[in-house]
Amino acid sequence: MNDALRIRNLNKTYEGGFQALKGIDLTVQSGDFFALLGPNGAGKSTTLGIVCSLVNKTGGTVEVFGHSIDTDLARAKMNLGVVPQEMNFNQFEKVFDILVTQAGYYGIPTKKAAESAERYLRQLGLWDKRNSPARMLSGGMKRRLMIARALVHEPRLLILDEPTAGVDIELRRSMWTFLEEMNRRGTTIILTTHYLEEAEALCRHIAIIDEGRIVKNTSKRDLLRQLSMETFVLDVAEPLGEAPALADFDTRLNGEGQLEADVQRGHPLNALFRELSDAGIEVTSMRTKSNRLEELFLKLVEEGSGDQQEASA
Amino acid sequence: MNPSAIWTAFTTIVVREIRRFTRIWPQTLLPPAVTMTLYFVIFGNLIGSRIGPMEGFDYMAFIVPGLIMMSVITSSYANVVSSFFGMKFQRSIEELLVSPVPNWVILAGYVAGGMARGLGVGLIVTLLSLGFTDLQMYSVSATILTVIMTSMLFSLGGFINAMLATKFDDISIVPTFVLTPLTYLGGVFYSIQMLPEFWQGVSMINPILYMVNAFRHGILGVSDVNVWVSLAMVAVFIVILSTVSLRMLSRGRGIRH
Repeated sequence: MNDALRIRNLNKTYEGGFQALKGIDLTVQSGDFFALLGPNGAGKSTTLGIVCSLVNKTGGTVEVFGHSIDTDLARAKMNLGVVPQEMNFNQFEKVFDILVTQAGYYGIPTKKAAESAERYLRQLGLWDKRNSPARMLSGGMKRRLMIARALVHEPRLLILDEPTAGVDIELRRSMWTFLEEMNRRGTTIILTTHYLEEAEALCRHIAIIDEGRIVKNTSKRDLLRQLSMETFVLDVAEPLGEAPALADFDTRLNGEGQLEADVQRGHPLNALFRELSDAGIEVTSMRTKSNRLEELFLKLVEEGSGDQQEASA
Repeated sequence: MNPSAIWTAFTTIVVREIRRFTRIWPQTLLPPAVTMTLYFVIFGNLIGSRIGPMEGFDYMAFIVPGLIMMSVITSSYANVVSSFFGMKFQRSIEELLVSPVPNWVILAGYVAGGMARGLGVGLIVTLLSLGFTDLQMYSVSATILTVIMTSMLFSLGGFINAMLATKFDDISIVPTFVLTPLTYLGGVFYSIQMLPEFWQGVSMINPILYMVNAFRHGILGVSDVNVWVSLAMVAVFIVILSTVSLRMLSRGRGIRH
């Protein structure tokens, strides 16, 4: 399997002297669904900005499907589609024109560009808005427009920088479904997100970046395996005034009056139910709390900053 | 990109630019038509009739080439500076930056867009002037060559201004404080032969004087300066500004971090 993206020793120091990237190494395989996570200012957008030629690098190499952005930039760009974090289309242009124009930049003749534009506008539910000026679209529609625009030249690698920021749950789910379908059809996808459940739901590989360094780069499965504790959310038959004190499990009531119990990995759940039963609590339903990745993310970032403080001490 | 793809990209930029200025025609095409008609009425008809002939032509016929040139210069410059800076401001310039369009095609596309508006406005003003005077055509080739080269030069100027601009004030400074004075003092309304010797010398360092006179030579056959020197100067400036523009694009000045 060849690499969709190969980054080696990528460095970026901004004019003011701020070092945003400190030797990033990253490989994303063709066909992967990859998440780049990190706190604000960690270097996610700078990394992707360099890949997309929106940011000048200070050092290092970047290859997109084997094409170096230093020596074969046009071919590298032909393989790339970009959905930026902030709206960056002409607000006064019509939706359809935005897509056809973008395809034209890639040398796609008008007729073919119009066909491609129609296909993606229909798939993303924007066909009815094709003649509307972009500024008239809702926030969610604008996000979808940027995805359609990024795909209109059929790139092999799609980069999305926080694509679902600020969109409602229903739309987020429909965008997930669309992206999963694109990935199934062979498009390699890299996304950055603050919604860790998004990365957990969609991605096969995850890298965590903090303070300009990759602090973790592995498969989602491996990452989740590292979690030692899992939290279960339990609905109980009778409302509880306070969380029960159990011998082997920490419990608490969440804001919705549900009982949350922490279970050590490998610890049998039967024991939890036995103790709850002994306490006179009847459980009616149960689910895992989807914050596993979030916990690990915070742990890794905290460890990373701790290491760096030690190193600089 | 292969030549066919490059041509598609170039025409895409030009068509988008033409679509932009025709969509907002009350801001781009109508104002110069109204302003120049007022110039024709006030300076040509009302005041001009009292001024008498200039260089052997009635005053209206004398100022028409200069006014056409003034509108070409202003419109070419304004189109590129406002369009490109608008794209920077809205960040829609990123659509081009992430695409494989070579820098020289981006520059050529914007310059062609500026020329389309500049020459379009020039044509509108020329047609309007026919309602006030009979235009001669002393040299068609000199007229067309001058207006095309001037339009190209000021489109390039607008492009550099837009690259350097960081706020909207920056795109109005040059047109207001540089272009307008140089155009008014560039022999649009008078022949520099009327000035004292010292001010004639000062006028000769104004590049717009050469373009206005080359254009006037094309239409009326009279000029304060040598036409071929004028065209050579414009050509040199085009080469210099093109080089500067491409260098700025390649470094990503103001558009890449």
